[in-house]
Amino acid sequence: MSVISEEQGTQAIQPIVAAAQRIGVEVAAPAAEDVDARSRFPQEAIDAMRDAGLLRALIPVELGGLGCTLKEVASAVTELGRHCSSAAMVYAMHQIQVACLVRHARSPQLLDFIRDVADRGLLLASATTEVGIGGDVRSSTCAVLGQNGQFELTKQAPVISYGQYADAVLATARRDPESPPNDQVLVVCRRENLQLEEKSSWDALGFRGTCSLGFILRATGPRTDIVDDPYGDISSQTMLPVSHILWSSLWLGIATAASDKARKFVQAAARKTPGTVPPNALRLAELTNVLSQLHHVVIGTRTRYAEVADDPDQTTSIGFAVSMNALKVSASTLVVDIVQRALLICGMAGYANHSPFTLGRLLRDAYGAQLMVNNDRINANNAQLLLVARES
Amino acid sequence: MDADVRSVLSAHGRLPIDVDTLSADADLYRAGLTSHASVNVMLALEDTFDVEFPDSMLRKSTFESITAITAALTQLGAATPSRV
Repeated sequence: MSVISEEQGTQAIQPIVAAAQRIGVEVAAPAAEDVDARSRFPQEAIDAMRDAGLLRALIPVELGGLGCTLKEVASAVTELGRHCSSAAMVYAMHQIQVACLVRHARSPQLLDFIRDVADRGLLLASATTEVGIGGDVRSSTCAVLGQNGQFELTKQAPVISYGQYADAVLATARRDPESPPNDQVLVVCRRENLQLEEKSSWDALGFRGTCSLGFILRATGPRTDIVDDPYGDISSQTMLPVSHILWSSLWLGIATAASDKARKFVQAAARKTPGTVPPNALRLAELTNVLSQLHHVVIGTRTRYAEVADDPDQTTSIGFAVSMNALKVSASTLVVDIVQRALLICGMAGYANHSPFTLGRLLRDAYGAQLMVNNDRINANNAQLLLVARES
Repeated sequence: MDADVRSVLSAHGRLPIDVDTLSADADLYRAGLTSHASVNVMLALEDTFDVEFPDSMLRKSTFESITAITAALTQLGAATPSRV
């Protein structure tokens, strides 16, 4: 079984990517400026994705989904990312949660929940970070409490992206009050059992439509809503690689959008001076080299994951962790480089907020890539893993 | 070998409990072994037993219990800790 394998669902490739393309152009792009200006949830784009079945893309057919592969969903994320980074990020984050459930939840109650996600187009959010853990998501202070088959959970979450718009939040916590900080479980907190108390607002440089507010999360529910596998396994086998793959696919979309603007700008200049290559065409050639690097690192790592996704021996190996971390750091660095190159090419037309070549929003969104799970933290992890790594 | 593995674990595993209270089959990750600490444990085991874990053993399952660690070391031919 796999949501990840390359073979499965190949027939759906065109429909889901085409749907994402259409929604990107017709719904997400026209709303993007308003979403950004008001720092508001991209409701219309998410509704359109729900209507088109995109929210259930990764769910196997037997549970009511489309049975798409991660590769297909990643391509859909890239398409959306070309038009509205925030809508694409909400979609990517939702799919990360879906991937975790599909691969690690086995209880009949959670399988029913997955069917519900498919049938009703539920939107899933994530609460893995916690106040006081210094950004280390493999460590929790809060613990699952409760008895008689019921759980109670209170978590100080510095950020739950689009928490107030989600139908369920998947939260990490220590298994029980006696557990050490790294013995974590993933708890499905359904909206009807969930209270979110806002603790901070969201007015940030980029990704403004993700509405990444801080909350105190209070949830109750049956213990059957705790995902079966330990969170450590969920993290290394699914959440971490899928996150880095979908995020980098999104950054590829941002970079592609910036590159498109630069190319059109250079081509417009060329039309005015037939017979001569405009000076900034050289910069476009350089930009295209970097875009090609980004493209290859994203697609290559995606393919590597697809090959080993169902082999826990591989996905829990040091070499695998190093390469997934490397993808995140490389892609998030390259996207800024590419948008900046596009800005130099478009010049004042790119710098202006209202011009067909404006690059402000893309540049601001691109900078978020290095900060969400800070690259310094990821490099520090890799630095330690490399002390014992043998082969790359 | 069990005792030497335990002493490496207590020096480098950063476990929140006394390593001697763990059974040989206890899940070390459940007991609090983090991936960071497991890297240090790995390095210390290599130093103590004068072995090098091959790539195929650099995965979570190799370090999930004292029994698993001992089995890996045995497979690598480690018998007596090297003493300086």
